[in-house]
Amino acid sequence: MSTVQLKAVSKQYGAVEVMKGLDLSVRDREFIVFVGPSGCGKSTLLRMIAGLEEITAGDLFIDGTRVNDVPPDARGLAMVFQSYALYPHMTVASNLGFALRLARVPRAEREAKVRAAAKILQLENLLDRKPGQLSGGQRQRVAIGRAIVRQPKVFLFDEPLSNLDAALRVQMRIELARLHRELSATMIYVTHDQVEAMTMADRIVVLRAGVIEQVGTPLELYNRPASTFVAGFIGSPKINLLPVTVTAGSPIGVKVSLPSNVAIAVPAAADALPVGASATLGLRPEALVVSSDGPIGGEVSVVEHLGGETLVYVDIGGATLMTVKLAGNDPVRVGEKVRLAVGPTAVPLLFNAEGRAVRAAIQPAMQ
Amino acid sequence: MRPSTRWLIVRTILGWLVALVMAFPVFWMALAAFKTELDAIASPPLLFFTPTLENFAEMNERVDYIAHAWNSIAVAFFSTAVAILVAAPAAYSMAFHPTRRTKDILLWMLSTKFMPAVGVLVPIYLILIWAGLLDTRTGLIIITLMANLPLIIWMLYSYFKEVPGEILEASRMDGAKPLQQLVHLLIPMAAPGVASTALLAIILSWNESFWCINVTAVNSGTLALAIASFSNPEGFFWAKLSAASLASIAPIMVFGWLTQRQLVRGLTFGAVK
Repeated sequence: MSTVQLKAVSKQYGAVEVMKGLDLSVRDREFIVFVGPSGCGKSTLLRMIAGLEEITAGDLFIDGTRVNDVPPDARGLAMVFQSYALYPHMTVASNLGFALRLARVPRAEREAKVRAAAKILQLENLLDRKPGQLSGGQRQRVAIGRAIVRQPKVFLFDEPLSNLDAALRVQMRIELARLHRELSATMIYVTHDQVEAMTMADRIVVLRAGVIEQVGTPLELYNRPASTFVAGFIGSPKINLLPVTVTAGSPIGVKVSLPSNVAIAVPAAADALPVGASATLGLRPEALVVSSDGPIGGEVSVVEHLGGETLVYVDIGGATLMTVKLAGNDPVRVGEKVRLAVGPTAVPLLFNAEGRAVRAAIQPAMQ
Repeated sequence: MRPSTRWLIVRTILGWLVALVMAFPVFWMALAAFKTELDAIASPPLLFFTPTLENFAEMNERVDYIAHAWNSIAVAFFSTAVAILVAAPAAYSMAFHPTRRTKDILLWMLSTKFMPAVGVLVPIYLILIWAGLLDTRTGLIIITLMANLPLIIWMLYSYFKEVPGEILEASRMDGAKPLQQLVHLLIPMAAPGVASTALLAIILSWNESFWCINVTAVNSGTLALAIASFSNPEGFFWAKLSAASLASIAPIMVFGWLTQRQLVRGLTFGAVK
C-alpha cells in the first residue's frame, strides 16, 4: 500500500503564496499526473512531496503517516529529475547502487539489486560506463533505474521526458507505462505536455497558479472539463472557445447565439444561466462537421494535411479561427466557403461568465 | 598566404616576445648564480663566462639549505591541507545553503586581503609572542593558512557553484548527508578545481616572504628567509643572492612545471564555458 494525501497544503515564499491550500488523495498504485502551464506550481508541489521544499502549512501523509518533518530519504520516495541528475564521476552501476551504498547494504545484495534493475531497463551492457558516455535515452533509463533500485513506495517524476527528442519521448512514454504495470507502484508524474498526461495517467491533476483546477481521468477532463482553462489545456488540437449569449432556455437545454447571430442548442441546465447572460461555448475540433445546411458559415483560411486527419482553420468572422478536424483525405481547399454544423453525436460544452462549466440539463445515464 | 596564417604568426611572435620579457629576469638570475661575484657585476654584462658552483657551496655554508627547504615544504603543504579541510565545508554551505548574508561574508573575507599585511604586523607579532609561537613552524603555518583561506574559500565556492543543484538534490533523495555529499560528490566532481586551488595555495605559501621574514628566524625560517639573508646592510652579493634564489625557486618551479596542465585547466575552468 502506498498512498499520498495532501490536506490543505500550501507554500509561501515570503509574502507570496504559490500553493494555495491543496487537497488531494493519490491512491495506491495509481499513475497520477500533475499538469499545467509553466509557473502553475506543479514542480513545486512534487518537490514538496519529495521533501526538497518545505511545506508552509497543511499536512502531507504518505501511507497515512504525517511526513511534513521527515527528511527526503526517509520518506520512502524516489525521484527522477528533468536533468537526470546522474553522478557524472560514477559508473552506471555506482549510480544505481549509490543509495544502497549509503544505506550500508552488503555488497552482494547491492549488486544483485543493481543487476535486477539494470535488467528491467536493459542497461546490463552499460553498467561500467560513465554517464558522459551514454545517449540521452540511456541516461534517462539510468535515472529511472536509480529510482527502481531503492524500491520506493512512490515514484516521483519531474518532467523526465522533456530533454528527449520526439521519437524517443513516445518510446519512453510506452516504457514508463509498462514499468508502472510491472512494478505496480504508485507514481506521481509532472509534465507540461498534455499529451503525456492524457496517454499515461490514471488520473490527471490540472494545476493553475497554485490551485487545483480539476482532478479526473483523462476522458473525464476531456469530455467534462470543469472550466474553460481545463478545456483549453486538455486536447490537441485545442478546443474552440466562442463567446456566446444565452437566448432561450428549456428543460432540455439552452439556446445560445454566436456573435454572427447563429443559434446553437446546448444541453446545459437552463436554471444555471439566465436568458441574456454571456457565456463561452466550447466545441472540440472533431465535434464539427462540414455540412451544406450547417448554421455556421465561413471561409477556409489554413489547411493542414496530417495524413490520418486534416485540420482546417475556418474564418467565421470572430477573433480567432475555428479549428475543425476532418478526415485525412478530405479535399477541402484554402479559400473555399464552407458551412459547419455540430456533429450528431457531439456534445457542445457551455461555460458561464466566470469560465466555470455549466452542468448538463439531463445527467448522463449511470452505468 | 592566408590572413589567418599570417595572424597566427604575428600572434606567435608576440607571445614569445611577452614570454621572453617576463622570463628574462629569471634567466639572468639563473646565469648570475653560476658566475663569480666579479663576473656578476661586470659592465657590460657578460653572457659568456666560466661557470662555477662556488656560490652554492658558500650559500650552503652560510645558511642551512636543507633545513630551510624542509620548513618551506612543511609550511606550504601543511597549511594548504588544513586550509582545504577548513574551506571545503565553508564553501559547501555558502554555495548550497546561502543565506541573505552569504554574499556579504564572502566579500568581507576577501576584504581582509585589501589591507597590506604590514598593517597587522605589530598585533600579530604580539599575539605570537603571547602564544609562544614566535619563530615556530606552527606559528608560520597558522599565519599562512589564515592569509590564504579567503582565496581558497572563494575558489572552492566558485567550483562548487558549478555543480548542478539537482545532483545534490538527487543525492539527498538517495540519503546522502552533507558530509557524504561533500566526500562522495562535490570533491570528486570539483576535483580539477580543488586540485588547482591546492596547487595555487602551495605556490602562494612557498613564495610568501613578508611573514616569514618578520616572524621567523633560525628555527622555522623558510627559503624566503634564506634568500633575504643575502641582501643585508653589509653588502650586496649578487652572485650569492642569485644562487640562493635559484635554489629556493627551483623546487616550486619543478612542481609548477609538473602540474602546469592541472593548474591551467583549473584556473581557466568556468571561464570558457
